[in-house]
Amino acid sequence: MKIVVCVKHVPDTETKVVIADDGKSLNPAGVKFILNPYDEFAVEEALRLKEAQGDGDVIVLSVGPEEAQSSIRTALAMGADSAILLKAGNSALYDGVAVAKALADEIGNLQPDLILTGKMAIDDYGHQVGSMLAELLGWPVLGTARELTFTDGKATISRDIEGGRETVEATMPCVVTAEKGLNDPRYPSLKGIMQAKKKTIEVKDANLSQSGFEILEMTYPPQKPAGRIVGEGAAAAPELIRLLRDEAKVI
Amino acid sequence: MAKIFVFAEQRGNGLKSYALEAVSAGRKIADATGGEVIACLVGNGVSNLTGQLAKFGADKILVADDSQLAAYSPAGYSTVIADAVKTEAPDVVFFSASAMGRELAPLVAIKTNTSVVADVVGAEWQGDHLQIKRPVYAGKAYLKIAVKAKPAMATLRPNVFPASEKAGAGQVQELAVTLSEKDLNVKVIATEMKSSGRPELTEAHIIVSGGRGMGGPENYPVIEALADTLGAAVGASRAAVDAGWRPHSDQVGQTGKTVSPNLYIACGISGAIQHLAGMSSSKYIVAVNKDPEAPIFKVADYGIVGDLFEVVPEMDKAAKQLLEK
Repeated sequence: MKIVVCVKHVPDTETKVVIADDGKSLNPAGVKFILNPYDEFAVEEALRLKEAQGDGDVIVLSVGPEEAQSSIRTALAMGADSAILLKAGNSALYDGVAVAKALADEIGNLQPDLILTGKMAIDDYGHQVGSMLAELLGWPVLGTARELTFTDGKATISRDIEGGRETVEATMPCVVTAEKGLNDPRYPSLKGIMQAKKKTIEVKDANLSQSGFEILEMTYPPQKPAGRIVGEGAAAAPELIRLLRDEAKVI
Repeated sequence: MAKIFVFAEQRGNGLKSYALEAVSAGRKIADATGGEVIACLVGNGVSNLTGQLAKFGADKILVADDSQLAAYSPAGYSTVIADAVKTEAPDVVFFSASAMGRELAPLVAIKTNTSVVADVVGAEWQGDHLQIKRPVYAGKAYLKIAVKAKPAMATLRPNVFPASEKAGAGQVQELAVTLSEKDLNVKVIATEMKSSGRPELTEAHIIVSGGRGMGGPENYPVIEALADTLGAAVGASRAAVDAGWRPHSDQVGQTGKTVSPNLYIACGISGAIQHLAGMSSSKYIVAVNKDPEAPIFKVADYGIVGDLFEVVPEMDKAAKQLLEK
């Protein structure tokens, strides 16, 4: 099975956000970037499928800046076979449609049996590229998978919905987006890291289509006034409940 | 004169609270611009829901009621919605940032040749375009965005936009449904609803959440009792979920659910960025933690420093007295 895994290079959640001088983007100085955690689940799932079948090809595909190679290298060290970077500008708050179109164009040449990606990227919370990609290719999409199985040319997933769970199936080829819980991603082994250094990353220009929106400004979240410590221990509980009722009026 | 199209999500033939929030958000823009609100209802046997949509501000309600739409299917639903969007040619299209809305918006966007801005927490009409506000980088920054794509398509974060009754004209129009085999290529083959008797996390007005400080799965009844007294949902931090104490569906945070209740009570939760990303837009935050230095106290409106196993039962007792339960 030929599997394409679409990944994004994103700032680590723990990173301190400093807004750049343009007032519209993240100042990348000192920011640690990582392979998007949801995409890591997608890479792991692709590797497990390949291992279970004893045969296959796992290709990592990404739209991002030159530096995205470090995250791609992580996927290669986990065990992916090869990678393509579609090089785009530095501010990674792209329009999801533009990214999906660039990915779809490249995937047209690759002809995979399955596409895996994360349900969203943790930088922009866009939650859309996987579905858009499927729609552009005319393929079905199985979103936010917590379990994935294959039988008779069909893929079946289980996923959480508000207040419950849903089992969904689609014909192959299809796009599956990964939710936390799909698997437990492996750490790259030392051997994997050494091998990844020898694997080539093909770098091309992305030619992103014009964005459908314009970022006017980036701001820090509104500062909340300092909270109040109502007291210590169980004795403070009645006063807290009273404040929630009389002051905050939320109960 | 902005024309706002709202996908009004229903499951099990009941409107979701966030569907009414989206209609109300549309109503506000329509009123400010002298425009109109068109709600779109998709399912089977859902015609009885139109009255509620009119009450919250829909001027026109498009109803796609068909046995082929009884079970949710992303391809089928998105085809029906995209056809309606093409016919109505609205300026703005709202979905909810729910499991269904997040899946449908990108599919409809491709079918109608536009873009999607996701997880929107503020929206207003600015002359000739929609301007929105949305968080990025785990809520550590916000973007103000001018949406140039037409129609301007957005998913709205649940529990952020108030739902308020303000009647619209409420004219109902049936949509003819014609789906091909390809439109049903993704099938929901089973749906299993949990019945904890408590509200669902993303819709709840009050959430009581327990983290590492809970010590183990056997201790959750302590916060469940308080939750039941307050009519609240029960959540968990990543630490509690990763330890296997609670299911992933209870997780609040970056790799779990994003919630915006009126009141969020964090018990034994330190307040890692990962967690704050999922709940910092709550209107009021209460922290109960043994460690006075815990970062959760920095975002909390009210805090009690102490052992949650002593504090929470007392909170429950006080709440019961106050609410006369």
